[in-house]
Amino acid sequence: MKYALAIYGAPATSQAAQTALHFAKALINKGHSIHRLFFYQDGVHTATTLASPPQDEQNLPADWAAFIGEHQLDSVVCIAAALRRGVIDASEAERYERPAHNLTDPHQLSGLGQLIDAGLEADRLVTFGS
Amino acid sequence: MNHSVCIISTRAPYHGHAAREALDAALVSASYDLNTSVLLMGDGVYQLLNHQSPEQLPRKNLSALLKALPLYGIDSVFVDYESLQERDISEDQLSEGYTLLEEGGLAPFIAQHDKVLNF
Repeated sequence: MKYALAIYGAPATSQAAQTALHFAKALINKGHSIHRLFFYQDGVHTATTLASPPQDEQNLPADWAAFIGEHQLDSVVCIAAALRRGVIDASEAERYERPAHNLTDPHQLSGLGQLIDAGLEADRLVTFGS
Repeated sequence: MNHSVCIISTRAPYHGHAAREALDAALVSASYDLNTSVLLMGDGVYQLLNHQSPEQLPRKNLSALLKALPLYGIDSVFVDYESLQERDISEDQLSEGYTLLEEGGLAPFIAQHDKVLNF
């Protein structure tokens, strides 16, 4: 089956991003496909490359990035939600004249239309954290 | 393709950005020419309260955006009756332009949509 995952909770304050990662791995193991990941609301914090938890703790943003890269998944981070929360890529940093950017590589900033489209295209859209 | 989409909004209006971001999803859905309904339930019903003055927070007034939804092709905002009851909110405390889902009306209402996005 073709799945899409919407993640709304931040890694540090919600279980959403971790549960979603377990679920996504289970989907792949069972032979399902993942049409798109969509990070929205506080879920956009999962896409920062700057999270640096202590070495004996899980680094959820890094684990997500590795998983997305390994399986070549389409991972979209809502641009409006991300800009509001300080998750920004190089071109937006230039546009808004910010001194740095922190969007992790396999993610892309795009609009909310990608969430609506994922809802229409996938057989199942599963939401994590609201 | 003429899908119907139900956006369920469950957060109070100034609880972070959740309520505003749910409405943004509804606006984008309507802009795709999908039949889009907004359903307020849980703490989401607080979004319809009269006399909001969030300017001092400062935040934008969310009820003003709710009233403007018909301009964007979203004809009605639906409100869950039981969520109002649980919070002791009477209808005369709400701003106009909503449709009340009576007791027992919630499940059939949600079921009549092709896609449901919960916020």
